[in-house]
Formats: sequence, C-alpha cells, structure tokens
Amino acid sequence: MIEAFFAQMPALVIVLPLLAAPICVLLHRGGPSWFVYLLTTWACFALAFLLFVQVKIGGPISYAMGGWAPPFGIELRLDALNTVVLLLVTGIAAISSVYAKASVAAEIASERAYLFYAALLLCFCGLAGITVTGDAFNLFVFLEISSLSSYALIAMGSKRRALLSAFQYLIMGTIGGTFLLIGIGFLYMMTGSLNMADIASRLPAVADTRTVEAGLAFIVVGTSLKFALFPVHVWLPNAYTYAPSSVSAFIAATATKVAVYALMRFLFTVFGAAYAFDQLPLGEVLLVLSVAAMLSGSMAAIFQTDVKRLLAWSSIAQIGYIVMGFALASSAGVSASVVHMVNHGLIKGALFMAVGAMFWRLRTISLNDIAGLGRQMPITSAAFVVAGLSLIGVPATGGFISKWVLLEAVMEPGHYWLAAAILVSSLMALIYIGRVVEALYFRERPEGQPPVGEAPVLMLTATWTLVLANIVLGLYATPLIGAAERAARAVLGAGS
Amino acid sequence: MREHTVLRVVTKVLIAPIILFALYVQFHGDYSPGGGFQAGVVFAAAIILYALIFGLAEARRAVSPNLLRITGALGALIFAGTGVYAMLRGGNFLDYDYLAHDAVHGQHYGLLLVEFGVGLTVVSVITSIFYVFAGRGRRNDDEQPPGDAR
Repeated sequence: MIEAFFAQMPALVIVLPLLAAPICVLLHRGGPSWFVYLLTTWACFALAFLLFVQVKIGGPISYAMGGWAPPFGIELRLDALNTVVLLLVTGIAAISSVYAKASVAAEIASERAYLFYAALLLCFCGLAGITVTGDAFNLFVFLEISSLSSYALIAMGSKRRALLSAFQYLIMGTIGGTFLLIGIGFLYMMTGSLNMADIASRLPAVADTRTVEAGLAFIVVGTSLKFALFPVHVWLPNAYTYAPSSVSAFIAATATKVAVYALMRFLFTVFGAAYAFDQLPLGEVLLVLSVAAMLSGSMAAIFQTDVKRLLAWSSIAQIGYIVMGFALASSAGVSASVVHMVNHGLIKGALFMAVGAMFWRLRTISLNDIAGLGRQMPITSAAFVVAGLSLIGVPATGGFISKWVLLEAVMEPGHYWLAAAILVSSLMALIYIGRVVEALYFRERPEGQPPVGEAPVLMLTATWTLVLANIVLGLYATPLIGAAERAARAVLGAGS
Repeated sequence: MREHTVLRVVTKVLIAPIILFALYVQFHGDYSPGGGFQAGVVFAAAIILYALIFGLAEARRAVSPNLLRITGALGALIFAGTGVYAMLRGGNFLDYDYLAHDAVHGQHYGLLLVEFGVGLTVVSVITSIFYVFAGRGRRNDDEQPPGDAR
C-alpha cells in the first residue's frame, strides 16, 4: 500500500489541486474553500518534499500517465532540477495559503471568494504541472492552465486598473504561449515526438536545419515573454501592481521562476547545451539581455512611488540574475541560477506579503502613505527590512549566497563586466529598498491620518516564515547549494 | 423574437433533435467521430437557440446558472475522479485498464465516463459564457453579482 502511494506521488501533486478546484466551486462559500486550498497546498508541499528526498536518494523518477509507456504517452519526469523548483512552488503556495484568508476577505467580494480560490488552485496546478511534466506539449497545456487562471486572478484586483493590466498580460501571455506552441510544433515536425527525452535523442540527426533553429528561437522568445525578460517585460509591472496582495505574493514568487525553469528544461534537456550555446550564439544574446534587465529594472525601480510597482520592477532586474546564471552554460552558472530562483522566490514572496499587510491596513501602498509606518506596524516593517536586506545581498541572508555563487560563476570564465553589472545592480537595489525603509522609519505619519495597528496574526506568521527561511538559507546554505549542484549535474550531464 | 411565429414553431421542433444528436455524438463518440467536447457544444447550442428565441430570462428559468455552476464542477470531478479511481484500483492516474475486470471493458468504461465528464463541463461552461455575455448591460438578477468596482 505504501509503495503504491509512493509510486503515485508524481501524479498526485497535480491531481490534488485539479480535484480541489471543482470542489471549491461546489462548496460555493469562501471559508470552506479557503480550508480546501490550505489543505491541498500543504499536502502538495509534503508530497514535493517526499519526492525531493526520493530523487536525492534513488535518482530520477518516471511516471507513465494513464499507463501509456513514455515515448507514446505523457510522461511525468522528476530529476534533481525540477524537484527543487517543485519544492519552491508548493512551499510558497502552502505559506501563502495561510496568508490568503485575511487578505482575500479584505480585497475580494465575499460572494466571489470561492471562485478566487478555485482559480488559485488551478494556477497552482498549472505551475506544478509545468514543473513535473516530461512531455513538451503537456508543458504547453499546463502553461496555459496557469496563465489563464492568473489572468482571472489579476483581474480580481480591487482597482479598476486591474482589468486593464490583466488584459495587457493576457495579450502578451497569449503571444508567449503561441510562440512556445509554434516552437514545439516545429520540433514535432522534425522529430515526430513530443516526449522531451525522445526529442533530445532524435534531434542531433536534424539539428542543422532551419526548422529546428526557428523552433529554438520561438521557444526562447515564448518563454521569455512569460518570465518577462528585458525587452518583453512591459506586462509585468502593471500585473503585479494591481493584482490582489495574496496573488502578487504567490505569482511573483513562483510563476516567473517556473517559466525560467521551462526554458532551462528546453535548452539543456531537449536541445542540449552544446547546440544552444556553442553551435548557436544564444549565450551571448541572453547575457546581454540579462545585464540590460538588471540595470534597467533596478533603474526603473528607483523612480517608483508605488511600493508594489517598485517591487515589480525589481523582479524584472532579479530575473536578469537568474538568466545570467544559466546563460553561462557552465555547471557553476546553472547552479547559481537555481540558488537564486529559490532565494528570490522566498525574498519576493516575503516582500510582497509585507507590502500586502500594509495594504490590508491602509488600502494604499504609495511611499507617501506608508511614511512613518515603522512605529505603528513594527513587525510588518521589520519583515520588509530583513527581506529587503536579503534582496540587496547583505551577508547572513539568502540573497548574499545567491550573489556570491553567481559572482563566482561569472568570474570563472573571466567575465569581469558581468561581475561589475551585478555589483552596480546590487547598489541600485540598496537605493530603492533604502527609499522604502527611509519612508517607513525616518518620516512622520502624514497629517490627519489615524494611527493603525498591526496586521492579523496569520498574515504576520506567513510573512515571517518566509523571512526566517531567508535567514536560515543565508546562515546554512549547504543543503540548497548541494541541491543546486545536483540539479546542474543532472541537466548538463543529460543534455547534448 | 418570440413574436415570430415561424421561428418559434421551428425552434420548438428543432431543439429536441439537436439534443438527441448531441447525446448521440456523446455516447457514440468512442466508435465514431465525436466525443464529449463536440457533444457539449451541440447541446449548448440547443440551449442558446432557446435563449435567442424565447429570451434570456426564459432560458435562465429552464437551465439556471446555479445548476450550470454545479454541473460544470461535477463534470471536471467525474473526469479527475475516474483517474483517481484507477489509482485506487492499483493503476496509474487515468489508467482505464484497472477500471473493470478486464482491460477491454476497463478502457470502454473509462472512455465513456471521462467523455461524459468532458461533455457535462463543456455544456455548462459554454452556456455560462453565453449567459454572461448576453446578460451584460442588463439588470442582473441575484445569480450574477454586479461588478465590484471598489
């Protein structure tokens, strides 16, 4: 019985949220739906942890959907790379489910709360599905599940502008999804297979055709749209700014990371590092774009007056760090990417949660309105400061570890200009986080504003859990770095 | 359009065969072209035709949005539930071989159940989308909460 359960775990991670979403619709009440959401995400987190341990001990797991053997049926495949991403996605979902209750009660009309939780579960299901699948077309389907539900979630924001930003995201996201589908179609045309490992084994025979090169280009551009790499990032600031707080926290911490994972999976497992980075000059292109993302994103963040928008621009810059890592196509680079994926997920989750808690009290989040809040909401403000320090990369936080391994990775082949860009971007992070901290602690409350109290306990607990995770990973980084190195070995060994 | 006698009479005659054809496409889908998605759309077309001729309020009385919410969710649950049942019987998710005493019957039952779930959800969702679009700009009843513009 126990063995049977262990064998079904890869599917259960997707099946549980898929079952829970219609159950929420049937329940028709916000409270019970929240409870279902809470249970599902924590169960998936537990499953992800078990899978992580299982892969660490016993190597990659393959699961045949519907009993159809891999190259023909859909295969779920877990290795050292995607178990880390899965652990991040389910962990953030579990913690943000604790956070969601109070936040949703304040921002979503109560008669629509059950639909909100159903959409959140579908989004979670899609993200988990992208992570575990080993089938290229199945990846596209899950990407659409997560994207469609996140358009709906963002449109539920409390301001009218939320609708417009969701529509903007819908247009850009659909173009991205279509490009990805065209790319997968080209690969299918040339290899006759949709299973990633199978495509990888058939690709070398046809690698020098224009079709495969175009397929690679479409996949790179399509996934880049989804994770908002520099020139195609315009949808992200609005989407994160106007989404409900719990959605901003969940999506900012997971969705872009999962899209980056999808690109890494295609580049390293399907095309192989030798093809994408040695035969074609993809590495140079991505490095230039990542530097542009880091500098332009940080620069834009400095000039924002809305704190959520500031954090959104900072996310665009942080995506630059992640892309820079794997664009080096070295073992150190890929593991730096994985480390920063996890750390940035935890940092941005914590920051958006802290900001959401302030929004819960004030119903606004501009720098002038949060002035002087450090004394009235000390716990929330302290959470923002610690997570902000981690974003800048102060020692003893997770962010420091990310920057350290990334610097090591770029110095290895002697790219000193990249190291300089990382340092400049970190200094800019110091400026924009500093502006928020200055507003929180060194300014007086605006005239005539009534004093406010702390946020609800559940919101604070969730926020501080993520903040403490940052500190723990900063002080004891060995397990994360070890997992990232195994991930790098897994994709670089399997590819080409 | 309810004052057009010809349209009203023709619609009344047509709706039953449309639904019958939808059911045929649904349940014969495993042997001939068709299946849950196509059947669901044909079935929803019958409801939409009814709404076009006899008015939205009349259609909502016949097929209420609340019912559609429940059937839509149930359809998805039937699909996923079939998969989970296969898991409980010792197979992988959606492995129909495990649904009955032998694999051939299992595949047959599995396909029927899953397609039924798909059909149910497609009818509900297509009709709901139609209700929402058709109901825009009109006075909403309590089924459709007015847009919250806080």
